[in-house]
Amino acid sequence: MKETFDVAIIGAGPAGISAACTLADAGIKTIVIERGEYPGAKNVSGGVLYGHNLAEILPDYTERKCPIERNIVEMRIWYLSKEAGYSIGYRDSIFTGDRKYNAFTVGRAKFDRWFAEQAHKKGALVVPSTTVADLLRDGNGTVTGVVTSRVDGEVRARVTLLANGINSPLAAVTGYRAEPKPEQIALAVKETIELPAEVIEQRFGVSAGNGVTTEILGEMTGGMSGVAVIYTNRDTLSLSIGANLAELAKNKLKPYDMIESFKQHPMVAPLIADGQPREYIAHWLAEGGYDAMPKLYGDGYLIAGDSAMLFNALHREGNNLAMASGKMAAETIIEALNKNDCSRRGLSAYGERMAESFVIKDMKKYRRFGSFLYQHNELYTQLPRLASFAAREMLTVNGVSKKQKQKLIMKEIRSKTSLFKLLRLLWRGWRSVK
Amino acid sequence: MHIVCCVKQVPDTTQVKIDPETNTLIRAGVESICNPYDLVAVEAAVQLVERYTGRVTVISMGPPQAESALRECLSIGANEAILLSDRAFAGADTLATSYTLSQAITKINAAEPVDLIICGKQAIDGDTAQTGPGIATWMGYTQLTYVSEIIGIENGNITVRREIEGGCEVIQGRLPAMLTAELELASIRYATLPELIRALRYEVKVWGAKDINAAPEKLGLKGSPTSVREIFAPPVRGGGISFDAKEKKEQAVEDFLGALFTKEKTLMEEILIKASYAQE
Repeated sequence: MKETFDVAIIGAGPAGISAACTLADAGIKTIVIERGEYPGAKNVSGGVLYGHNLAEILPDYTERKCPIERNIVEMRIWYLSKEAGYSIGYRDSIFTGDRKYNAFTVGRAKFDRWFAEQAHKKGALVVPSTTVADLLRDGNGTVTGVVTSRVDGEVRARVTLLANGINSPLAAVTGYRAEPKPEQIALAVKETIELPAEVIEQRFGVSAGNGVTTEILGEMTGGMSGVAVIYTNRDTLSLSIGANLAELAKNKLKPYDMIESFKQHPMVAPLIADGQPREYIAHWLAEGGYDAMPKLYGDGYLIAGDSAMLFNALHREGNNLAMASGKMAAETIIEALNKNDCSRRGLSAYGERMAESFVIKDMKKYRRFGSFLYQHNELYTQLPRLASFAAREMLTVNGVSKKQKQKLIMKEIRSKTSLFKLLRLLWRGWRSVK
Repeated sequence: MHIVCCVKQVPDTTQVKIDPETNTLIRAGVESICNPYDLVAVEAAVQLVERYTGRVTVISMGPPQAESALRECLSIGANEAILLSDRAFAGADTLATSYTLSQAITKINAAEPVDLIICGKQAIDGDTAQTGPGIATWMGYTQLTYVSEIIGIENGNITVRREIEGGCEVIQGRLPAMLTAELELASIRYATLPELIRALRYEVKVWGAKDINAAPEKLGLKGSPTSVREIFAPPVRGGGISFDAKEKKEQAVEDFLGALFTKEKTLMEEILIKASYAQE
């Protein structure tokens, strides 16, 4: 194609569109190439977004009619054994007041489409149904644009931003990022279950428009490192469960079997009773952490979002890292274009910006968290069982003295593990996130 | 040559369900697409223009969102696109729709004479196949329906093959003409990147009732003598009877034949008649 652009962005997800909005605001000629039929058609996430990050890109996102499902007013954490579980939660009225939309749920098919429309309104060109098959390079290896699968499909650009997600055939073709190893990936499946809005509000004890997130750890992942979540949408619940891909392969377990048994759990079943399954999707999560990140920029290109393996496994944050990195990439590109230096050196401010931001700080802080979970499968087997055993014994009223019960519990714990091992686990867990 | 194609945005009927209580279509969450027959019509028009030179104008009557159907047509090579959008058009049946479209074509024709109109043979949501013939009637054009091949255009005549029951016929008609397209008429191309980009950037013109000089009483619900009495889903057919031949083969065959003779008498008679023909 004859026409050239200042910036070509691969992928119309949160990272790509955040960059496109920032670039279009600065009047930079930007093309976004999306392989889905429309932005969001192929995108999957748990579905929680953070108002702070979205406002950095679109301060007036509510006036622009952002398709918000529910404003999150309570975060719950569950620790489950097979037939029991602990629940703690935190609810705060500030999340309906001053800090409304601190976190909210969205459906990606709707949200990404809307988000891309905002970039379009600002002047970015968003081209759907088009796959980027390769990168264009000059004799020195500098990226000079992209090759799409369409006829006459080469697009020349001064800078290319790779924001094409975790599952990237382009990465395999071009080698800009090493193919993730199975242990660096979680495979998650998500089922969307339809229920009337009032039923959801009743079951979660929230008023109209508000909702709850539940993050779950325990035995339901069959001893594998992984988590499950339940998020409330307007008239659906998102149930998702995922586990480390290497372990799934090793144990020959199927994620859809996992979600089926998860749905039977006594703490889950009543929440979804009488619901109609509406959607079933699967996705990879980049859980390799800081050490799995590729080089974030090179001659003529930058990488943002899942593509750069930016994901916070402990806090289940991916979208906001994508948005923040997309914005920082765009800011760097604006400077580089002004200086007319889009080489590796000209784009190096991206690395600095990222390093100073919460993105890389968080990635570093939780650097060892993934391997901690991966190496301690007692977190998903023995410990939830013992924890449930302890609570069950203490809470059963049967004439046995509490002192006697305590003895029984300690005996059970000692027979399965040792206090030393427990303390070591706590210490290691703490060290992996401190 | 100037060709006008009429297209409709329709719900993707592979996703549409009928609400069993209200008997209306559940449109929520269903994607809108350009009617596939209409895309074939546009592709055929573009191919004709590539063969004989000329221009293709696409028009659609619908809500503002119907613009995306027009963009799809632009991406496969249509030159211009006009959306007919006005509250006055709402609720139109095929009579009012074909009137509205023909008024627009009359206006287009005044600016740049129209030689040919190509429509899809029918829309996948209504399946009436009336709008194309309606336009031909309003315009007084030659009418060629169910066209599966355009053989050629010569001296103001167009020769086409059209599908008829039990076969096909090759016929010739005088231009200006209106064709309706079968799926076989053309296979839709994969847009090139520059064409796709042109389509995304194109500013679709929007015409209202005043722009096409339409008589208000012939538009929309007012101009539509058709009324829908009822919409219903056909009753679900029950599954057939099955006979387990794993254990007792002979018993199963006997039961099968018994069931055939008692319950499916006519079917059995047919089989026997066919069998006797086969023997002869």
